Amino acid sequence: MSEHSEHIVSAKLYWLIFLSLIVGTVVTAWVATVDLGKYHGIDANTVVALFIATCKASLVVLIFMHVKYTSEKMTKAILLAAIFWLLLLLVLSLTDYSSRYDGSLNPLPSDFTAWLA
Amino acid sequence: MSDSPIVMEHAEHEARPELRHHFADVEQQRNAASLGMWWFLGTEIMFFGGMFCAYLIYRRWYFEEFAAASRSLSLGIGTFNTTVLICSSLTVAMSVRAAQLGNRKLQVKMLLLTLVFGLSFIGIKGIEWHKKYTEHHIPTFDYNVISGEGSLVKGNEHLLGIDKVENDPVKLRERKVEIQQHTKIFYSLYFALTGMHAIHMIVGVGIFICITWMAHKGRFTPEYHTPLEIAGLYWHFVDIVWIYLFPLLYLIDRKPIS
Repeated sequence: MSEHSEHIVSAKLYWLIFLSLIVGTVVTAWVATVDLGKYHGIDANTVVALFIATCKASLVVLIFMHVKYTSEKMTKAILLAAIFWLLLLLVLSLTDYSSRYDGSLNPLPSDFTAWLA
Repeated sequence: MSDSPIVMEHAEHEARPELRHHFADVEQQRNAASLGMWWFLGTEIMFFGGMFCAYLIYRRWYFEEFAAASRSLSLGIGTFNTTVLICSSLTVAMSVRAAQLGNRKLQVKMLLLTLVFGLSFIGIKGIEWHKKYTEHHIPTFDYNVISGEGSLVKGNEHLLGIDKVENDPVKLRERKVEIQQHTKIFYSLYFALTGMHAIHMIVGVGIFICITWMAHKGRFTPEYHTPLEIAGLYWHFVDIVWIYLFPLLYLIDRKPIS
């Protein structure tokens, strides 16, 4: 009979991850009500919210879904391929839409507008 | 003779009724099932990814309207529901652990808790949707951006840029029509995303009712609990979708209006 190489995560670690997820949720809700300002036109609040969400998602994937402990390389390959595909879709679509000329979103530089007139 | 691979394989098939005949051993069967679930979750990422992409593009186009509409969602209920879902993920992880340790009672207890959390999430979501219904925020023919308490304009005049065109009746009228139409797009995406998520939750609860029954019957042992494990993967995935939906839909712009 084949040996089982399954990893059993300690209950303590599960509780620790759970607490981190709860803290992350409370922090993300609280920090949204604080004005963190804008840097180069990018809203810092959105960046922080998505960063916290990505940390939370990583904890769930690595610990709760046992990706950290799996010996199956295909699991990691599928996961990375899926994330890569998602980033292709989101990043390329958003660069396209963000770089199109749009009066309010991407205003032309004022000296260019003057030259145009 | 008795230690030849074929004989040993036959012995394992005899000893393990859950081992299907087309798998060499339990380990291979388990890996195949797990791999199948991960492939499925990959397609789920593609499915939700398309909707997220549509959401992000419209959010960029109509940021002010999206921000005003997002502020009408209850931050308290949204945060609470997120913690409910995180609790359910913990109980799923704990029930898998209980199966690994061969603790049937704890397994069933954790699975029942999962069902309670899962159903609570759906119930709270229903309350939120009903509130949107009473506020005329469901994007159908009676959608109304300025209806009573649910008015998306009140208090958000500056955010929506109404104060800038106040003295120009033509531009003001144009802006008002835009606000009505663009907030409607926010709610279309809101209901599409939270609705698809809720359908996944309902399917998950259905799966976990079966899993709880199987656990109650003692079907899962430290050697074999694959159905519980891969159902758990699905549950955690649905949790992750919500982890992203919560900041994207509820927290677009909650900053105090200066």
